[in-house]
Amino acid sequence: MAYDYEKSIRPGKLPHIWCPGCGHGIVMKGLIRAMDTCGLDKNNTAIVSGIGCASRLPGYMDCCTLHTAHGRAAAFAAGVKMAKPEMNVLIVGGDGDGVAIGGNHFIHACRRNMDMTYVVLNNNIYGMTGGQFSPTTPTGANASTTPYGNPDPTFDISKLAIGAGATFVARTTAFHATQIDKLIAEGIKHKGMSVIEVLDDCPTCFGRRNKFRSVVDMMKRLKEVAVPVQAAAKMPAEKLEGKILTGVLFKEERPEYCAEYAKIIEKAKGANA
Amino acid sequence: MAKKTALVQGNEACAHGAVYAGCKFFAGYPITPSTEVAEVLAAELPKVGGSFIQMEDEIGAMAAILGGSLTGAKALTATSGPGVSLKQELIGYACIAEIPCVIVNVMRGGPSTGMPTGPGQSDVMQARWGTHGDHAAIAVAPESIQEIFTETVRAFNLAEKYRMPVQILFDEIVGHMRERIEYPEPGELEVIDRAKPDVSPEDYKPYDSSKGDIPPLASFGSEYRFHVTGLNKAADGFPTTKPDLVDAEERRQIRKVEANRKDIEKNEEYMTEDAEVLIFAFGSTSRSARYAVNELRKEGIKAGLFRPITLWPFPEERIAALGKQVKGMVVAEMNLGQMIYEVERVTKGSCKLEGAFRVDGEPITPAQIMEKVKEVN
Amino acid sequence: MSSPRVEVIDRLCKGCSICVEFCPTRVFEMDGFIAKVVKEDACIKCMQCELRCPDFAVKVHTE
Ligand SMILES: Cc1ncc(C[n+]2csc(CCOP(=O)(O)OP(=O)(O)O)c2C)c(N)n1
Ligand code: SF4
Ligand code: SF4
Ligand code: SF4
Repeated sequence: MAYDYEKSIRPGKLPHIWCPGCGHGIVMKGLIRAMDTCGLDKNNTAIVSGIGCASRLPGYMDCCTLHTAHGRAAAFAAGVKMAKPEMNVLIVGGDGDGVAIGGNHFIHACRRNMDMTYVVLNNNIYGMTGGQFSPTTPTGANASTTPYGNPDPTFDISKLAIGAGATFVARTTAFHATQIDKLIAEGIKHKGMSVIEVLDDCPTCFGRRNKFRSVVDMMKRLKEVAVPVQAAAKMPAEKLEGKILTGVLFKEERPEYCAEYAKIIEKAKGANA
Repeated sequence: MAKKTALVQGNEACAHGAVYAGCKFFAGYPITPSTEVAEVLAAELPKVGGSFIQMEDEIGAMAAILGGSLTGAKALTATSGPGVSLKQELIGYACIAEIPCVIVNVMRGGPSTGMPTGPGQSDVMQARWGTHGDHAAIAVAPESIQEIFTETVRAFNLAEKYRMPVQILFDEIVGHMRERIEYPEPGELEVIDRAKPDVSPEDYKPYDSSKGDIPPLASFGSEYRFHVTGLNKAADGFPTTKPDLVDAEERRQIRKVEANRKDIEKNEEYMTEDAEVLIFAFGSTSRSARYAVNELRKEGIKAGLFRPITLWPFPEERIAALGKQVKGMVVAEMNLGQMIYEVERVTKGSCKLEGAFRVDGEPITPAQIMEKVKEVN
Repeated sequence: MSSPRVEVIDRLCKGCSICVEFCPTRVFEMDGFIAKVVKEDACIKCMQCELRCPDFAVKVHTE
């Protein structure tokens, strides 16, 4: 049977705004499958985003959706979750949105360990504004604001999330379509802050400037650079140069923020009684 | 039974007023001289099943209260000048997405770090025009501890009723001053909750203005699923660039305040009936102004005080009328001239106008005001 | 078992050619700016096309 994505999408909203070959659509399909796997109730699920091409994703989803301001998704989401902890809260957005302008909210969301799932669509560029470099644009790559090549070092978003305290961190790519939903589903089921970084393609703004002949070329590159963590463990260091580890990169159990706050409420009510 | 009274600080009264109003969510970031609002709510909110979160910065705090408010919770943040500056983009978000929330600004001087422990009234224009784009604004400016309590309740009521952000502005002096106040009994003050949709989830449109300028707001996590964005949007909440829809939406969001000025505006007038000179003062400055009125009257000068409790929308009609009644007006404010521009705009030269300004971290004295009154009398 | 019916929804296809390239049995071809099913019989129901199409434009009906 063809997969029924339409039941999760608001009627009349397709076609979406993304360019031909933009990986955001592939990630959105993965997200829908993951939500199905976890049996999330639409009424009780909020999808929160910032600003950017990736951040337009919630508008298509038939849930409680919140398209906020650039970089602020994680902070809005924290408010939703704190005020209604029984809601499933998912965050989606781009690399610029999440770790440039939103970097502060991102790391603190990881640190608090609220039960939320953040899917970062990392296409290594600012797509919506026409291809300026982001904190994940490779050093030396071309962007509209790096006429002599990008001088900036990069963030590794997954490492950033682990360092900041997220308790489930996984990475995959838009090429590894079946892994996207599996990892997101695992993240949703995990009790605590989960970050799923999906390496994505932006043919319009990144591909064109960086000598990719086509979307398919970009997909093939994603296939080539990805090495599953388990395989990487058995590989010599020189073979891992330029590769990107995929799969579940980190997982630990740590007290979840809202559960801890519920105890505070009990304590305060007790003191009041 | 005797009323419950307590000796409290302005910031504490604000926090207790919020709880009285039904506030269930606070997000903030510490900053002098507002921090006590957060400290009290950290203790009080969990007692009533609400929640408190200290965010990583004021932008995050503003974002969090908007997220919280969308779940149906009455939400508050409190800060001071530098924090309000950081919140501006999201105050605009609250305006366009029409999300009820209350923002407390315990004013100090500025710009920038200024004098963190000194009082100021220099954020009043920011409260009107701080965020970019066209938008309406509601801001209240209590002068006493008791009034901080009641105006906090009213700020929540206005936010919920008009589905928009409301700012409470008071300065460091009232924020940190202690006075004995009476706690109103439950039910004594009106408490308004936002209107809920009266249509089925299938028919619900979050910005449907066919039944009035303030569309009911459903809550996230109910059977109503809807979309919220900061883009210009159509009635269904989804982005639009259609000129007629954008225009109608922007005008409605301003009209909902303009058309309801009578309900929103609140002023105090002291000895204005026969006044020949008027002092326009708000917040803690009006305490000096009232004293000045009494002193001037003793000297035979027919002075009066107009004190806007609602700073925004500006009390245009009444000030225009008083401008015709009196020979001169003095605007007393702890800044170098902000509300005076509004008074000037509205009186259109119908009376003499002077300002009594001060920004050195000390309050404006009655003597300073009296001197200016004599110049315009 | 009936053979699958591979469908490209013209209205949604943006012509990225991902389905053309990643179908192991070359069921699709580009037809101007959109993809077209040219060898439906060759389909082995691997679902690669449906999984990868970024535009929700391919459906593989397997029964
Ligand atoms: C405060 C603010 N600054 C800048 C912008 C402009 N802006 C919009 S989207 C964007 C970058 C988006 O890049 P990313 O988050 O990586 O998402 P993508 O578009 O690549 O999916 C920028 C800089 C904005 N909307 N708001
Ligand atoms: S500009 Fe890039 S990120 Fe944006 S829709 Fe186009 S391909 Fe996707
Ligand atoms: S993958 Fe989808 S959008 Fe791309 S060419 Fe094929 S059908 Fe069209
Ligand atoms: S299901 Fe597989 S074989 Fe069939 S058309 Fe799609 S990609 Fe080709």
